Amino acid sequence: MQLRRTPLHDRHVALGARMVPFGGWEMPVQYSSIVAEHKAVRENVGLFDVSHMGEFLVSGPGAAEFLARVVPANVLELEVGRVVYTQFTNAGGGVVDDLLIYRLADHHLLVVNASNIAKDWAHLEPLLPTSGVMMTNASERTALLALQGPRAAEVLAQCATPDPRLLPAFSVQQGQVLGADAVVSRTGYTGEDGFEIFVPSEDAGRVWERLLALGATPCGLGARDTLRLEAGLPLYGHEWDDTTTPVEASLAWTIKSKTEYLGRAEIDRQLAHGTRRRLLGLKMIGRAPAREGYEVFRDGQPIGKVCSGTLAPSLGYPIATAYLPADVPVGQILHVKIREQMAEAETVRLPFYRRPKRPS
Amino acid sequence: MNDLNLKFSKSHEYVRVENRLAVIGISQHAADQMGDVVYVELPQIGKAYSKDEEFGVVESVKAVSSLYSPVSGIVSAVNTELLEHPEWVNSDPYGKGWMLKLEMTNSEELDRILSQEQYEAEVGNH
Repeated sequence: MQLRRTPLHDRHVALGARMVPFGGWEMPVQYSSIVAEHKAVRENVGLFDVSHMGEFLVSGPGAAEFLARVVPANVLELEVGRVVYTQFTNAGGGVVDDLLIYRLADHHLLVVNASNIAKDWAHLEPLLPTSGVMMTNASERTALLALQGPRAAEVLAQCATPDPRLLPAFSVQQGQVLGADAVVSRTGYTGEDGFEIFVPSEDAGRVWERLLALGATPCGLGARDTLRLEAGLPLYGHEWDDTTTPVEASLAWTIKSKTEYLGRAEIDRQLAHGTRRRLLGLKMIGRAPAREGYEVFRDGQPIGKVCSGTLAPSLGYPIATAYLPADVPVGQILHVKIREQMAEAETVRLPFYRRPKRPS
Repeated sequence: MNDLNLKFSKSHEYVRVENRLAVIGISQHAADQMGDVVYVELPQIGKAYSKDEEFGVVESVKAVSSLYSPVSGIVSAVNTELLEHPEWVNSDPYGKGWMLKLEMTNSEELDRILSQEQYEAEVGNH
């Protein structure tokens, strides 16, 4: 398969990035070092090219009603200028994909995972009503940059209008960045303050260059993964698949719908009666990282598998996520089979990392 | 680096002979390719390995890689400090980043692995 390239591909190569295949795209995994890039985001400001993400535009008089039938968020009451994290659920309450919905003045913008663009489209298209809703795939013509870290607001304010420092979390505004039309939201996937910036592909290069010149560190998908895992944010294909539900993923707080949606019966049942398994964090006691697929044991019996695992650069110890039986409490010592060894791990609530409160 | 008299396996381990012992680690090229090394697992003193046998594991943030002995021998020393400082594999692979010392059981094997020039030509091609 021919890998696709973002509008910033040549700039990544010029910066010496290591390029890898990801979700059908050729993407930078790191420029200098994953640990250094991770720390730049936690302590300063980092810039990611996430143009591989998919963008669907949903418009028309029936747009909100349509979306309300395919996600468990309260889309009907999502005000213009607000953003909500949610999931496309299937009939069994499982997750087709997770996404952000941006309520803009004349349409809803859906940002979906790169690897699921075709799957999501195939899921949604048969559910579209015969009239009143238009859905288009804008993934090809939109570049998406993520500027993340405690200095993100100060840096972006130097080249964006309206002033992004005034934008509340999970809000979105249409304005300009370096004179280019841009949609700017105060969102991210790192656990830090930050912004996601949608610009037309042809403007992406100069916006990228300017943000780097203003002091942002270029960051690859490697740091994006360690940052999101420390922040306890799920990644499709790891914490999510078509059989996991938002209740099992400990994301019941994202279920706010007051109306009928696909999978509602099972999700309501799980909310009322509980689930057999739930997603928990594992803090490794020793130095060896638990990796995806490694088995988790309680009293010598296998009870689950690791979804994601890495050394947490900001914490200094290895962390992992796993779906475990619902009767496993937080604070329990379990074992993860690492090669031939049984390594001790303590169950912890997600997230592993919360950003310190800073004066704004 | 030439004065270290390094030899290399195709799986990117180096060996240099120091006081009749084979000092083993991974090449700078391999360390650069892996990125930040965060964990190293090494064997006990006294274990015997034949050439190309797996002796340990090195992990970066993203990946787990096996380590293979470039020559046959018996482990006479292990760099236990490296377990606390896996980042030395990146910063100084031929110095503080050494992993094992082996008493070689077949030193003729040294003649059959890559010289520095051959190794560099090999990795340059990839």
